[in-house]
Amino acid sequence: MKKIEVLGTGCSNCIRLEKNTREAIAMAGIEAEITKVTDYGDIMSYGIMSTPGLVIDGKVVSYGRVPSAADIVPWLAE
Amino acid sequence: MTSLALTTARRVPFWATVVLAALAWLVAWIINLPLANWIAYELLGLEQGSAVGDAVAFFLYDVPKVLLLLGGIVTVVSFLRSFVSPERVRRALAGRGVLPGTLAAAGFGTVTPFCSCSAVPLFIGFVEAGVPLGVTFAFLIASPMVNEIAIVLLWGLFGPLVALAYMAAGLTVAVVAGLVIGKLHLERYVEDYVWAIHSNGAPVIEMKLTIEGRIRDAWTSTRTLVWKVLPFVLVGIGIGAIIHGFVPTELVVSIGGSGNPLAVPALVLLGVPLYSNAAGTIPIIEVLIAKGLPMGSALAFMMAITALSLPEMVILRRVMKPQLIAVFAGIVAAGILFVGYLFNALYA
Repeated sequence: MKKIEVLGTGCSNCIRLEKNTREAIAMAGIEAEITKVTDYGDIMSYGIMSTPGLVIDGKVVSYGRVPSAADIVPWLAE
Repeated sequence: MTSLALTTARRVPFWATVVLAALAWLVAWIINLPLANWIAYELLGLEQGSAVGDAVAFFLYDVPKVLLLLGGIVTVVSFLRSFVSPERVRRALAGRGVLPGTLAAAGFGTVTPFCSCSAVPLFIGFVEAGVPLGVTFAFLIASPMVNEIAIVLLWGLFGPLVALAYMAAGLTVAVVAGLVIGKLHLERYVEDYVWAIHSNGAPVIEMKLTIEGRIRDAWTSTRTLVWKVLPFVLVGIGIGAIIHGFVPTELVVSIGGSGNPLAVPALVLLGVPLYSNAAGTIPIIEVLIAKGLPMGSALAFMMAITALSLPEMVILRRVMKPQLIAVFAGIVAAGILFVGYLFNALYA
């Protein structure tokens, strides 16, 4: 089961990222658990400064932009 | 929506879509004014020169114009900005001397994408990477204020001179404010927990994006942004249309003109609670200037809206004690006031 974290404090970009991520999970047909990380200290511990960020199994795959579901699907396969 | 995009991509080559979109934009731009006038004066039969007729024609012309400008600019600029990131800027700024660092920060602030929700991580990230406080502030001030949307809109509406003047003034305020804040050594007014945060020092992965990916991203950003600012633009243009048709020039000049020394501070104060959204305010400013509002007052107003944004200050309260926010706002306001009076004097 993939462990996915959406890094962001709740602005519209982070909400869109979570939506696109759920869509990607459905498209890929895999099992995944999504956590929202909203504490600044926790977000920064990943080394990024521009939200929203996407972390899959502990690895930062995207930051500073909102990837589409189509962008996210290949990352889920890695 | 995703499946539709994938289907379209298979039928029409990506680059053909890009070229067609550019052409459509050009056509819309050219027919806009004649079409607006035709609808107002021929189709609706309004009288040219009457208050209502002019207001309606203006509204019909300005809404597509602003949306086209906005759409075109945000797409191009978002595309260019995808090549710069705060993470890269931080690496470039850490460890520099104060003066070169402040100048560089203001410069980088102009070209780096800035989202208000990123203000806090950005501030924390810079500060704990060892970027001096003043340098961080120069970046924080330049970024929203010297914003390319405002500059290109100003260029399109008032010509290169005004746009460059705004840019130069904004950068100067950012640099001077940054230097002053640096000299005041206000580190103790940063919230204590910020110093305790240790971001992962490992270099963040460089995002690999293709040109096509960047264009798609830019288009998504444009769609989202235009959708978000649409109400503000419509209201702004509505107000502009009313002013255009109904408010006499003499009134604008007497209240906002250089004859009234309180005009600049009043406009700066007015800018604070307004959402830092250039798109909605530019139509109003365009009309006010056409009605005689002096350039300095107009620039001060725009700078106050974008740099002294109340929503952003509320966000920054998470990492700054009130004293620091007050100093920051005070210094920037002073800089903006100075720019306002200066340009009023220069243009008089």
